[in-house]
Amino acid sequence: MSEHEYVPKSKAGKWFNDRLPLLTLANHLTDYPTPKNLNYWWTFGGILTFCLITQIVTGLVLAMHYIAHADMAFGSVEHIMRDVNYGWLIRYIHANGASMFFLAVYIHIFRSLFYGSYKSPREIIWIIGIIIYLLMMAAAFLGYVLPWGQMSFWGATVITNLFSAIPLIGEGIVTWLWGGYSVDNPTLTRFFTLHYLIPFLILGLVVLHIWALHIPGNNNPIGIDIKKPSKDTVPFHPYIVIKDGFALLMFMIVFAFFVFYTPNILGHADNYIEANPLVTPAHIVPEWYLLPFYAILRSVPDKLLGVIAMLSAILILAALPWLDTSKIRSAVFRPLYKQFYWILVADVLILGYVGAMPAEGLYLLIARIATAYYFLHFLVVLPILGFKERTTPVPLSITEPILGGSPNLATVKNKDSFKG
Amino acid sequence: MTEKKTNRRDFLFTATYAVGAVGAGAVIWPMIDQMNPDASVKALASTEVDVSSVDPGKTITVLWRGKPVFIRRRTQEEIAEAKSVDIEELKHPEKDEDRAKNPEWLVMLGVCTHLGCVPLDQKGDYNGWFCPCHGSHYDISGRIRKGPAPTNMEIPEYKFVDANTIKIG
Repeated sequence: MSEHEYVPKSKAGKWFNDRLPLLTLANHLTDYPTPKNLNYWWTFGGILTFCLITQIVTGLVLAMHYIAHADMAFGSVEHIMRDVNYGWLIRYIHANGASMFFLAVYIHIFRSLFYGSYKSPREIIWIIGIIIYLLMMAAAFLGYVLPWGQMSFWGATVITNLFSAIPLIGEGIVTWLWGGYSVDNPTLTRFFTLHYLIPFLILGLVVLHIWALHIPGNNNPIGIDIKKPSKDTVPFHPYIVIKDGFALLMFMIVFAFFVFYTPNILGHADNYIEANPLVTPAHIVPEWYLLPFYAILRSVPDKLLGVIAMLSAILILAALPWLDTSKIRSAVFRPLYKQFYWILVADVLILGYVGAMPAEGLYLLIARIATAYYFLHFLVVLPILGFKERTTPVPLSITEPILGGSPNLATVKNKDSFKG
Repeated sequence: MTEKKTNRRDFLFTATYAVGAVGAGAVIWPMIDQMNPDASVKALASTEVDVSSVDPGKTITVLWRGKPVFIRRRTQEEIAEAKSVDIEELKHPEKDEDRAKNPEWLVMLGVCTHLGCVPLDQKGDYNGWFCPCHGSHYDISGRIRKGPAPTNMEIPEYKFVDANTIKIG
């Protein structure tokens, strides 16, 4: 909260604010001191909020026309596409919106990895973010089942069967999830219910995510603690609002390109065939945003261990603030970490690629190496790097490299030339 | 230090928590159990199949409890091949005699034990079934021979009602 006590100007405003301090909250959000050096990688929080609202609004509308029944779901989706006014548009926004949501969240996560945004004192923000990410994957999976096409049905079968890997109680859990002895109508109706619920859980967690963010304030590209408000900060409105708004417009152009020019490229043709419990499609692949984890699952030859590896790959992220032992946040001042960071990015992209390929021969070998490296990065490289790495000097403040007093020799030299 | 005595209030607290826990459990259990298979799903638990038209070397697929069941009438060569396998070298050792009571008829769930896909008939390295999802190979007895599946394909409960009719379930 801002340091001065906010008092609304109007009498009515003061009367209301004394009873429910919404105006104080609005004032906090507009005046919120933000580091002045935030780059465009910091605009994805706003973009993600837009994605969530888009999914909720389009989803709400789709639910007015969709029928969650094994005999009618597939037909009702085609009904939306052909008969409902602008149904095609709303559904394509919702379907591609899921992919855009993940595109933005991956950029958001890798931004945090590069600039060390997960480190003290921002661990809780990071962990809430990981929970949001897990819920996003659940919502995306559940939503993909609803059109009741072949990929819906067999994706649901494969993913729910992951639970059968649990010793002793696994089969019971799968039957319980299905509400029967296979994926069928009871499964569809409960998946619809949960798909409707999760976005609102995410919305609640987003509020906590932002709340937790506003306690220490934003991290920034040089990753140092800044005094706020000070010469290092600007008020959120209008500076960040305009920057976020511009980035959002750019993002919407990409979004609109997919929706209007190639709305099915991120989906699978098999999902336009109605679900058939007797025939499995020849090549089952999850959506692109789950491919790296799918590759990890398949790279382990044992069923239970494969499932454990896949889950660990996600959950290990929650431990990241403690696995990374370096006190320096930003990779800008960590020459070795910067290199390992890009290797990790390449590793995840490779996992995504082999996840889309058949699990055999060279692909399987590459998947195994990439899986091993993924865990190596978090469990070995990061803990050791914090002790071994020689970091470059970090400026004392955002403005100091220009105005002087920085311990960084190179910038002090600049200062002298500035004066001269 | 004074010895902590259990007084009447402690007893009341413990009793209240205990009753509260039982009450919470009694409310939560129906919420969980409602997701288990309901009476109408369980009612469809058995199905009868007429197999008189199945020729040797052919497989038919029927739906039982929403899952495919393979009914294969095996040829003499296939039966011989299934019996000739050395049990010791199998991932999930099972004799063919235990899987097919009547060796001519193999009745099994057509569900891959890895992640539940339907394997393809007469494919794979072992002249049996092959699962396209993650590459599990099964032999002509439905036993796992290669790939990530942990166990052989399951044999459901079934019996011959008469010479031409199999009752599954």
